[in-house]
Amino acid sequence: MTAIERYLAPASLDDALAALAGGNATILAGGTDLMVQSHGGKTRLRPVLLNIRRLPELAGHSIEGESVRIGALTTINQLREDATLAKALPLLAEAADRFASDQVRNMATIGGNVCNASPAGDTLVPLLVLDAEVELASASGRRRLPINGFFTGPGRTLRQPEELLTAIYVPMPRLRTVSRFVKFGTRPALDISAVSLGFKAELTPAGLANVRVAFGAVGPTPMRGPGTEALLEGQRLTPALIAKAAETAMAEITPIDDVRATAWYRRELVHNLLRKVLNDVADH
Amino acid sequence: MSPTIEITFTLNGMPKRISVDPTLSTLVMLREILGLTGTKYGCGEGECGACTILVDGKSANACLMFAADCDGRAIVTIEGVAIDRSADGLRQAFVDHGGVQCGFCTPGMVVQAKHTLDKQPHADRATIKRGLEGNICRCTGYKKIVDAVAAVSGTNS
Repeated sequence: MTAIERYLAPASLDDALAALAGGNATILAGGTDLMVQSHGGKTRLRPVLLNIRRLPELAGHSIEGESVRIGALTTINQLREDATLAKALPLLAEAADRFASDQVRNMATIGGNVCNASPAGDTLVPLLVLDAEVELASASGRRRLPINGFFTGPGRTLRQPEELLTAIYVPMPRLRTVSRFVKFGTRPALDISAVSLGFKAELTPAGLANVRVAFGAVGPTPMRGPGTEALLEGQRLTPALIAKAAETAMAEITPIDDVRATAWYRRELVHNLLRKVLNDVADH
Repeated sequence: MSPTIEITFTLNGMPKRISVDPTLSTLVMLREILGLTGTKYGCGEGECGACTILVDGKSANACLMFAADCDGRAIVTIEGVAIDRSADGLRQAFVDHGGVQCGFCTPGMVVQAKHTLDKQPHADRATIKRGLEGNICRCTGYKKIVDAVAAVSGTNS
């Protein structure tokens, strides 16, 4: 456990951004990752511990044009149980349903899950598939970045130390969009994925359009599968194409051996799970 | 040591004012500063549910919550559930159905069961199992625990 110099729990976004301006603050939201990481020595707390849970600007969600704006403090259980959110973004609700336990889901936030940037983060694969954007605010302004490319390594993102992730924007899926999320672990609850997989496409008479495929826990960050997407784009799902897509996916991921699975097993899982998902979509 | 901060909250319905190290967990605050040892330290990582408490009516792992974040909130521990008349039936059901063996998981299990029933008073067995999935018991094999909660929700058949 590290000692800190100051604890702040501001009630306004301006105060929070001012506290972050020096870049020497650790941000605390739900705490479910930060407590374990700081007590275990994995994360060294910066001199200022900044609790953002009392910032009203970061709570709640709204429909803005074609997108859903999800406040960074939205809890995982809100993604799962809020009727509006679950109806607009069923893929995210499905991932939330597989997330840890009820106790953790009540505390953990979507902003925290994104900023923690675990390769196995449960909401990250759906957010990649859904073309989400993150909104970052600092004392000098705001910017929006696509979530694809936001993750730069395990626990690392493009967020600068003086920036606060305030919201996530998710475009509402178009009509005739099919999406799937699969998480593979050894037990349903409280499991870190051995692999996870997301798929989204629009079903048009000409074939699949705007295909998105993403994987979790098979590389240093959650990742899109550009080769698999390109192979499927504009095509109709045939047994031969599905077999080729599964081969492509297992070749373009970069898994490692760890306590949850070997690299070999992760490739086999991605191959078989993608084949299963695409067969399911073909029968849709 | 970090500088201490002063927080105020309600604990089992009673107002509390206390100074804490801002890096302290709620679990350590409850057990070692406030002397409420009903909330158990199992894994310290949110994996076992033995430290489950209610925060503004929602269940949480006390081991994962910064004590500083209790400021302004309503905290209920197993000691609060023990004197809550509306939970009389739930506590008795754990006794009647043999849902307690060594007892270590029981406080967290009862608090999480209460939260599950608060959300869905007529929860079926599947809902009860989902509700309790973050609570580990190494004795019972869970059946008697689920039986106890299902007896209260009236869906034991």
